[in-house]
This record gives sequence, structure tokens and C-alpha cells, in this order.
Amino acid sequence: MSKLVIKYVWEIPVRVTHWLNVVVILTLTATGLFIAHPLSLGDSPSDFAMGWVRFIHFVAAYVFAIGLAVRAYWSLVGNKYSSWRTFFPYLNPDDRQRMWATLRYYTFIDRRLPHVVGHNAVAAAAYFLVFLLYLGMIFTGFALYSEHAPGGFYAQTFGWLTHLFSNQTLRLLHHGFMWLILGFVIQHVYSCWLMDIKERGGIISSMFSGYKSIEEE
Amino acid sequence: MGNNEYGDDPVSAEQYFSFSQQLAERGVSRRDFMKFCSAMSAALALPVTFVPKIAQALDEVKRPTLVWLEYQSCTGDTEALLRAASPTVAEIVLDILSVDYAETIMTAAGHLAEANLDKVVKEEKGKYIAVVEGAIPLKDGGIYCCVGGRTAVDRATEVCGGAFATIAVGTCASFGGIPAAAPNPTGAVGVKEAVPGATVLNLPGCPLNADNLTATIVHFLLFKKLPATDSFGRPLFAYGKRIHDNCERRPHFDAGQYVEKWGDEGHRKGFCLYHMGCKGPETYHNCPTQRYNEKTGWPVGSGHGCAGCSEPMFWDRMTPLYRRLPTVPGFGIEATADKIGLGLAVGTAAIFAGHGVISAIRGEEKMEGKKREDLIHDKDRR
Ligand code: HEM
Ligand code: HEM
Ligand code: SF4
Repeated sequence: MSKLVIKYVWEIPVRVTHWLNVVVILTLTATGLFIAHPLSLGDSPSDFAMGWVRFIHFVAAYVFAIGLAVRAYWSLVGNKYSSWRTFFPYLNPDDRQRMWATLRYYTFIDRRLPHVVGHNAVAAAAYFLVFLLYLGMIFTGFALYSEHAPGGFYAQTFGWLTHLFSNQTLRLLHHGFMWLILGFVIQHVYSCWLMDIKERGGIISSMFSGYKSIEEE
Repeated sequence: MGNNEYGDDPVSAEQYFSFSQQLAERGVSRRDFMKFCSAMSAALALPVTFVPKIAQALDEVKRPTLVWLEYQSCTGDTEALLRAASPTVAEIVLDILSVDYAETIMTAAGHLAEANLDKVVKEEKGKYIAVVEGAIPLKDGGIYCCVGGRTAVDRATEVCGGAFATIAVGTCASFGGIPAAAPNPTGAVGVKEAVPGATVLNLPGCPLNADNLTATIVHFLLFKKLPATDSFGRPLFAYGKRIHDNCERRPHFDAGQYVEKWGDEGHRKGFCLYHMGCKGPETYHNCPTQRYNEKTGWPVGSGHGCAGCSEPMFWDRMTPLYRRLPTVPGFGIEATADKIGLGLAVGTAAIFAGHGVISAIRGEEKMEGKKREDLIHDKDRR
């Protein structure tokens, strides 16, 4: 007989970085779009509308980068559900099978959901791509940021990107990656909602509490 | 007169040149000269204590030889240099140089002219300065630009390779510029790329700012070496700061006061040109401080956004000139990155909304594992 176990799955760093990222990405998107299409909010040259928006963008950018660093570190020392291995489901046969099963479920071929404790295998594979997009945002962002101080620390660290791509291409990529992240977010919130209903494991609340209800055979 | 135009001394092809005398002849006062020296020390970001040193260096200077090669160009840089309405000290500084070859302005022509150049290359190896204006085509053996029957790349390799240093004036000579714009039919490149072995200093700009050339030469006369450069080979004194960070309209940028349309109220009030595609935020040049035409103006000062002309490949990378972002490859000219992105987001939302509807009306699915009713909490069991 199977039993329902309440399992501690998401440790604090995973949850904190997740929700911090949500806040920060929304902030970065709003401020970023303002930077791209600014409104003439200033009444006098001593106002600082764009100044503050850019300041918030850069503060949020630091939080975002630090959050990713914390999550990367936790993927080395955290529990198995947060380990870096979970993001490569296609590398082990069990997860590969789960991935196929999930895809079959998503495409309405199959009605059975595979049994999962940590990340759903397809989602986990997508998260890896999202982390790459995060890196893309951070690299293009800091390369743009470095331009105000040639020869400074950031210019030395990220300046090579300006040479490889040119500033304008970096800006275009910064926009492109943003839209890809936003596309992911739409899909992601929908999938979490769907799984919350269908798995009945309380997946959304698990991202707040850390606990998931798991059926054990 | 000696046996050659440099005087009797056969070893030195340089000549002592009395600067004070030149100034007097041209009717430039000592005061104007000192003002010029201060301006130069400011341009080069040297401390004031260098002003007398600059004056002294210019006074005592030996006359270095300079040859000016012109390839795929519009002659805008020559024009920028010759534009002065009245004789200025800067002009005289350029006169200090013994300009032995310059296609546009020299009197000699044909074989005689080429012989002049040959002589410099042979007799002053490693000592003369070569200035190159215009790009150098490499495609099909470089046949798209020939002077005196020889290709530009062939001649430049010889002349720039043997020079003490080469100064690439203008964006075309520095990075290929407009001749190198896509699809670059002649395979045009900048001097450094065409002659990798040469010591090249890039002074890009469309055209270059003649003051930066003067300052570079003053630096050379003063220190006997070329100024420090950035990774694009541009001297830091002129290209070390971003236009956007020195721009007189910057307070309007930070405040949030933008020109929204050509000729609107903001435009008349001198607001920031960011909306109008100004490339100041991606361009390094000292235009806001040095300015053009006797320091009277520069594009942004005159109400037009920066075109990014001193950056590599600006014609391809900084266009469309009146838009902030480049167009997305593979999409129409009206498609901006954000329109495409928004389309992507809406498309994604539509797809998943559809998925949601289907999921909702589909029959109850079975989970792996047992029926819900059989399950009890772990806690209750303990
Ligand atoms: C999810 C994360 C992010 C989003 C959605 C985002 C979005 C944007 C957008 C839309 C722009 C406008 C670009 C333009 O048109 O010029 C922008 C500009 C910029 N972003 Fe980000 N960004 C993010 C992360 C970062 C990070 C991590 C940095 C690192 C410092 C950064 C630094 C910058 C800089 C320096 C600019 C240019 C500001 C300017 O030119 O005044 N961004 N961002
Ligand atoms: C900016 C918006 C968001 C981004 C970029 C984002 C990104 C991510 C990422 C990268 C993960 C993997 C977490 C890890 O292992 O560190 C994740 C997990 C998760 N997120 Fe989000 N998220 C966003 C918004 C949300 C929202 C609004 C919800 C709630 C409805 C949510 C619910 C979840 C849940 C439940 C998980 C765990 C799901 C699983 O096991 O696959 N996320 N999210
Ligand atoms: S006009 Fe151009 S360079 Fe000047 S502040 Fe505005 S965007 Fe920057």
C-alpha cells in the first residue's frame, strides 16, 4: 500500500533564490524596458528619473548575479533535488524515461504522469537553459555596464564581449534574452499551475514551504 | 644650400627648425603660442607644468619627415586638416613636419612623386612617420586601389612597414570604415589589418578631429613616442571617454527629458537625443570637449544624434542611425527586437492557454501510484 509522505524537498537557498529572482527579474524587465523606451518624465534638468531607473536596474542586476552565484554554489552542496545533476535528466536512463513520459503527458499522448519528487524532468532540462539565459543577461549586462569606465574592473572582465560582438549586438542580445526569459516565465507559471492541479502534490506551495506531498509506493 | 633638401648633414635627414621664427613670420604672438601649448597639454591630459615643456619641445624640434598616403577615402581627413580659415599655431605645428609626400597637396606628380616616396622609405628607414587616409582593399590581390601602378596593400606594406610609426587618420584607415561596409565589395580593411607588422596608431572619426592629430604629433615631439592607446589602438587622451559621459545634454538624459520628434519642443530646448537614435552611449571620442571646426561645434551640440563614427564598422553596426537598436537579422526593417519579443510572449501565452483548456476538459487522468483515498499522511502513521 502506498502512503502519502510530506517530504522536505526545497532547501532554503533554493526557495530564497527562486523568489528573489522572481522579484528581481520583474524589476529588471520593467526598468530595462523603461531604459529602452524612456518616457520624458523630467520637468527640469535637475530631475533624475532615468538616473533612478538605471540605478534600480543596476542594484537589481547585482542581486540577480549574486542570486545565481548562490544557486550555483548550492547545486554543489545542497540536497539531491537541488544538485546540478538534476538539470541534466537526459544523462541518466531513469530520468530520461521520466522525461519522455512527461513529454507524452504534455502532448496529450499519455494520461499518466510520471512519479517525481524533485524537479519534473522536462522542467529541469528547461531550467538549465534558463540558467544559461541568466548568464547571458549577466554577461551582456555587465559588458554594457563596463562601458562607462574603460580600463576599470568590469571593462577588464567583460570588455572582451564588446570586442567580440560590438556594443549594439550586445544590446540586441540583452533584449532578445529578456524576451526568451519572459517566454519561459509564461510557460513556467502555467506548467506549475497545471502540475499543482494534476499532481496534487502542492507544487506551488512547495516553493514557499519547501515541503511536497509525495506518494510512496 | 646643401646637396639635398634636408641640408648638408648626410646622416640626419632632419633639420633644426626655428619655431619662434616661423611664428613671427606668420604673425602669431608668443601669447597665442602659449595658449596653444596649454590647450595641447589639456588635450593630452598632461599637468600644467608641461606647458613650458611643450613650448620648449616645439622650439627645439628637429624636423621629422612625414608621408601622407591616401587610399579608399573621400579626402575628408585631408579636408579637416586644411580647413583652417586663418593660420593657426596648429597649422604651423603641422608645418614643422617635413611633408615629403601627400597626394592631394603635393606639387610633384607621377613618377617624380613616387620617387620622393621611395627616397623617404630608403633613406629614412625607421625614422619617418607615415599617415594613412582611407581603407586598403585586399580582395583579388588588392587591385581595387592602385597608385603609381602598385596596389595600396603592396605600397602600404613597404611604407608603413618601414616607418617609425603609422598614424591611421579617419575611420576608413583605422577600421575599414565606409569602403568596408557590408557587403564590402573590395575587401577593404584598416591599415593595421592590411599591414599587421606596422606600428599603427588609430585616429578614427568621420572625419578625424584635426586637433587630435596635432596633439598626437605634439606628444610625439615631446616624448619621442606614441601616446598610450586602448585595445582598438586609439590614443586614450582622445578616445578614453565615452561621448555619453561627457555630453552637454547628459543632465537631460538623467533627468528624463528627451527629444521625441525632430523639431519638437524638446529639440528646440536642447534635450537629450537618446530617443532619436543617438549612439553617444556606445561611442568613445572626445567630441564633446574637443569639438570640431575651431571648437565651435559637434553633432550632438548641433541637435543631431551621434552616429558612432569613431567605432569599428560603424556603418554596419550603428545603423539605423535614427534608432537606438539595430534591426533583427532575418526580420523586416520595421520589426524591432521588442516587437518580435512581444509577439513571442503573446504567442507563448496563447499556446499555453490552449493547452490549459484542453487539459481542463480532458477526462480524469490516473497518476502513477495508487488511488488517492488509500493514501494517508506519513505523520498520522507514526
Ligand atoms: C533578467 C535580467 C535583465 C533584464 C530583463 C534586463 C533588461 C534590460 C533592458 C530591456 C535594457 C534596455 C537595453 C537598451 O535598449 O539599451 C537593459 C539595459 C541595461 N541593462 Fe539590463 N536586464 C537584465 C539584467 C541585467 C544585468 C544582470 C545587468 C548587469 C549589470 C544589466 C545591465 C544593463 C545595462 C548596463 C543596461 C544599459 C543601460 C544604459 O544604456 O543606460 N542588466 N536591461
Ligand atoms: C520571473 C519569474 C520566474 C522565474 C524566472 C522562475 C524560474 C524558476 C527556476 C529557474 C526554477 C528552478 C529552481 C531551482 O532549482 O533553483 C523554478 C522552480 C519553480 N518555480 Fe519558478 N520562476 C518564476 C516564477 C514563478 C512563479 C510566479 C511561480 C508560482 C506560480 C513559480 C513556481 C515555481 C515552482 C513551483 C518551482 C518548482 C517546480 C519544479 O519542481 O519543477 N515560479 N522557477
Ligand atoms: S544626446 Fe546622446 S550622448 Fe548626449 S546624453 Fe543624450 S544619448 Fe547621451
